[in-house]
Amino acid sequence: MSKTQDISLTVNGEVLTANVPVRMNLVDFLRHEAGLTGSHVGCEHGVCGACTIEVNGDTVRGCLMLAVQANGATVTTIEGLADSGRSAALIAAFTRRNALQCGFCTPGMLASAIAYVEGGGIADKQAIRDHISGNYCRCTGYQSIVDAIHDVVTEGASA
Amino acid sequence: MKAPDFDYLRPGTIAEAIAILSEHEGEAQPLAGGQSLMPMMNFRVAAPAVLVDLSALSELRGITRTDTSVRIGAMTRYRELGDWANICTDLPLIATALPHIAHDAIRNRGTIGGSLALADAAAEMPALMLALGATIELMGPNGTRHVHADDFFQGFYDTACEADELIVAVDIPLAPEAKFGFHELVQRHGDYAMAGVAIKATSLTPLSGLRIAFFGVSDRALRVPALEAALDGTSGDEAAIAAALPALEAIEFEGDLKVSAKTREHYAGVALKRALAEMLA
Amino acid sequence: MTGPATIFDKPNTYIGQPTPRADAARLLQGRGRFVDDLQLPRMVHAAFFRSPHAHARILSIGTTAARAAPGVVAVYTGAELAEHVTPYVGVLTHLAGLRSAPQHPIAVDVARWQGEPLVMVIAQTRAQAEDACELIEADLEELPPAVDAEAALTADAPVIHADFGSNLAWERKVDVGHIDNAFAAPDVTIVEREFRFGRHTGVTLESRGTVCDFDPSEQTLTMHYSGQAPHMMQVILSRHIGVAEENVRVISNDVGGSFGIKIHTYGDEIAAAAAAKLLKRPVKFIADRMESFMTDIHARDHVVKARMGISAEGSIVGIDFHDLTGVGPYSMYPRTSAIECNQVLNLTGAPYALENYRAHGQVVFQNKNMMCQYRAVGHPIAMAVADGLLEDAARAIGMDPVEVRRRNLMRDDSYPRASASGMKLDDLSHQKALEKLVEIMDYDALRADQIKMREKGVYRGIGFVSMVEVTNPSPMFYGIGGAHIASMDGATVRLDAAGALHVSSSITEQGQGTNAILGQIAAGVFGVPIERVKVTTGDTATVPYGGGTWASRGAGIGGEAMLQAAHALKTQVLDVAGVMLQSPVAALDIRDGAVVDAETGAERITLDALARTVYYRGNELPSDLKPELIATRHYRVTDFPFVFTNGAMAAHVEVDTETGFVKVLHFWAVEDCGRVINPMLVDEQVRGGVVQGIGGALYEECLYSPEGQLLNTSMADYIVPMASEMPEITVAHIETPTKTSVLGAKGAGEAGTGGAPAALLNAVNDALSPLNTSIWQMPMTPERILKALGKV
Repeated sequence: MSKTQDISLTVNGEVLTANVPVRMNLVDFLRHEAGLTGSHVGCEHGVCGACTIEVNGDTVRGCLMLAVQANGATVTTIEGLADSGRSAALIAAFTRRNALQCGFCTPGMLASAIAYVEGGGIADKQAIRDHISGNYCRCTGYQSIVDAIHDVVTEGASA
Repeated sequence: MKAPDFDYLRPGTIAEAIAILSEHEGEAQPLAGGQSLMPMMNFRVAAPAVLVDLSALSELRGITRTDTSVRIGAMTRYRELGDWANICTDLPLIATALPHIAHDAIRNRGTIGGSLALADAAAEMPALMLALGATIELMGPNGTRHVHADDFFQGFYDTACEADELIVAVDIPLAPEAKFGFHELVQRHGDYAMAGVAIKATSLTPLSGLRIAFFGVSDRALRVPALEAALDGTSGDEAAIAAALPALEAIEFEGDLKVSAKTREHYAGVALKRALAEMLA
Repeated sequence: MTGPATIFDKPNTYIGQPTPRADAARLLQGRGRFVDDLQLPRMVHAAFFRSPHAHARILSIGTTAARAAPGVVAVYTGAELAEHVTPYVGVLTHLAGLRSAPQHPIAVDVARWQGEPLVMVIAQTRAQAEDACELIEADLEELPPAVDAEAALTADAPVIHADFGSNLAWERKVDVGHIDNAFAAPDVTIVEREFRFGRHTGVTLESRGTVCDFDPSEQTLTMHYSGQAPHMMQVILSRHIGVAEENVRVISNDVGGSFGIKIHTYGDEIAAAAAAKLLKRPVKFIADRMESFMTDIHARDHVVKARMGISAEGSIVGIDFHDLTGVGPYSMYPRTSAIECNQVLNLTGAPYALENYRAHGQVVFQNKNMMCQYRAVGHPIAMAVADGLLEDAARAIGMDPVEVRRRNLMRDDSYPRASASGMKLDDLSHQKALEKLVEIMDYDALRADQIKMREKGVYRGIGFVSMVEVTNPSPMFYGIGGAHIASMDGATVRLDAAGALHVSSSITEQGQGTNAILGQIAAGVFGVPIERVKVTTGDTATVPYGGGTWASRGAGIGGEAMLQAAHALKTQVLDVAGVMLQSPVAALDIRDGAVVDAETGAERITLDALARTVYYRGNELPSDLKPELIATRHYRVTDFPFVFTNGAMAAHVEVDTETGFVKVLHFWAVEDCGRVINPMLVDEQVRGGVVQGIGGALYEECLYSPEGQLLNTSMADYIVPMASEMPEITVAHIETPTKTSVLGAKGAGEAGTGGAPAALLNAVNDALSPLNTSIWQMPMTPERILKALGKV
């Protein structure tokens, strides 16, 4: 007696329609129904930040939103950020600074980082640390990520 | 950790929503921001038969200001509240507290109503409502009623809101001359507090009109009238605080994995001291 | 070991360069290839009903309702699966006396830890499998659990394996010199402490998981593996599931963090592989976060009672300790749960010239989650014990802790030599590292600042560690004990017709940059731009046989094999070029993708032109010329059981004496890991390792109830380091190449985690010292610090 519903949403600029179980969360939908495996699942209780994506212009935890709640929404994932070029400066800085190792936290980190950069975040390392304080990384120890975001903010300011 | 199955309904009016809650007698759970409910469902510690999505209810949205109060719709996201043009001038206590509440992605979805309805003992919002002397507006099958914050938080995840009622809005009285304090003790930015306090005072020298709300220390957010009385009329200096601290014994402190009840009691005193010191600085 | 010096001093060598990783591109664009990303045709999903009790006899398991649940394809109890999977025993012969009992992937008669799998449910979706797990009817008779390691050997402790007669899994004693005499000497001060280290775990962001598939037409089993040792898994699957080894393929692609967690044998993964074989279709099992906390290996649960004797002149006369460690109900297969304790015995005090050393280690079984190797195995304990006692002793005799180290560290010119514990050491630089550390941290300024701040009632502390790290292990680590774990690794380098280099290696990538350094070595040694190098790792079907990446062996062992292979191919290509160009080989070199005149650099022929001639127009070559544009070389460490590195680290902290919160203001690490292939990658390994060590020092602990229930199974209750609280970490390098290879590289992956806890412990105690108190338990939680201060 599984319960399903039709949804239609725009993901990375493409309109997707699907019939989904109502209990399926948004990140599982994106990964397994939409084939966009760039977003990751780390804890399924909203704490690790790996599933952070952009919905209607804001960062959200993809594991804490039902796919049916995204009906009519505009979603951007790490793939969309890359394909559209929005994350180009961050990609360059993360590469230069080695601000990723295993890459599993990276989608959530980029979602958070782009919200900071596009939201006028200042070139202050503690402010950057506080902003990404909801994104768990086990590999880097965070310094290189902070430096990369700081680079982008300072480059943007002087551009 | 996949949620158990449920029926998903998204009513268009409050009346519909309340009718669903009544019909399912405790088996229907309102879905506001989902930032607390979804983790519980993913852990399978909550398994409602029906989820009632409140996001289509326009009656629950919006922030309106009159000369005397601010009315915040229950489905207002923390983020929307933080972005409200008058947040710093009219609700400075909330403006101070918001950056401490979880993280951006949670605040983008979590709602004021959801936080008050859950009444997690370690959450900030219930304590803020207590400090501000807010009134919670509820609607049920029998109509609308108002419950003052002092009467709303009744126990461990237990509030005055019945299973067939919804929080519609909170009303916060404006207090342009009041002074506010806020301090929470957390090991990591954004964590639930190990102890925290939100304070409203009508004046600082001497302290008067105190509303001191603790969170993260007991089974719910709470005020300690005896503490407020002990500090009332004092300068709030070290000696005054030391003399007032024994009043904290009225609190039934909770121990958990992080700290014992005794340490919590110590922390409540530290949070109070630091909040007052910041207010008086 | 000799080799051409020209390898390292040519332009564009890449070795020693902070070259960005090619792998970063796809990870940054959302095109990673992690196990859960895989969707295979007809794939089904596994979930497990797990023991709710720490210790229980399984009386019966009712699966009827589960089998009938929507979407369910199959249900297997332990008894059913035991017909298809043989049990395993985690013992190795070189750990004399180690014993353990046969372990099934799914428990058969008795559940021995809360979380142990009891039933596997396979369904169309993971959600349906979980639904069905709720319908399992398990009749379990609770048995008294052994959950107090310190009581594990007393007469009334529940004995987990009745045949053993006690819960002792293993013990070992070391006794060097005459410690009692040394301690009894007149001018010797003894400091004695009981150290407690909290059990904690890896919390890899990508949880454990696998997709296994079985093709009945070819009888081939494929495991898509998130882990570090694919060849080891190939053997394990073959032996226990009964598929010929050559028909087992293990493929490791992107791994979202491992740190040793994903190098062990997990019953749920083995069961998923068996299910694939039985169902003849792909089975996916991804542990969720709660399962991860309950079943990923735990580590570092030790009680160490230790003493150090120090003379009035600051000379350490000896270390004497007893180490008790509680593991799981079985020794983990195949690497054993005794290695961590063995390392503690081997490594405590190893940086210091000690004549007297006595250590007794005991490993006891517990009805708690399984335990095994986790990043820096044993080092955090060993370094914290030795350096914690050292700074305690320094305070006792009123000497600066840096000065005590100066007087006791092994001299840089005194190698080769052995530690008191018997470790063979060479090519270390403890003295130089310490001096460099003192310089980069401006130690004097920090001490001056400390005095000023204390006057204001602010308590800051500075703590140090001098450490060694085990890297580049020889067969002495596992192979000699009977483990099917390779200590020899290989690399293949192939020049293709377009002039590109295809290289493959048996070491593996988990994000540390394995592929990057292999590319740098191949490109630099052979002579092509790094963009022309394509690296393959992780697939047992296509890479040379080897051990994978663990114990910080990748760069030193895999890197050396790659160097040798690249060098061999270069020689082979120049042999061909010499004939084609009618030139003596010594007059030629390969640079930037072309064969050039060695002296002038002038291009003689591009590599692709050479390769196309070889591949397409062999008629143009003398018929007695046999060009080989592919080379494979292997490498193993022979001269030493392990190649040690050394480091010196320091932490600067501020302790809030009202709350017990510790703020880490800054951290410094001076690391000598031999030749550095990519300094940026090494820096980042050190930084990540330090933060992981801070986790164990301040935050992380797996908390058990007296009934053996794991109390913190969520990221809200198990505290890991997040960005706001972590310090900047300054890293500096010293390079003392190891003489065991041409490359001269040692390992660097674990040093940060091995040393940081000791430095943190010492910094906190330095901060607390004016308050006449100290703390010897990790994690140093706020409450424990408040208790030390007498505030609660």
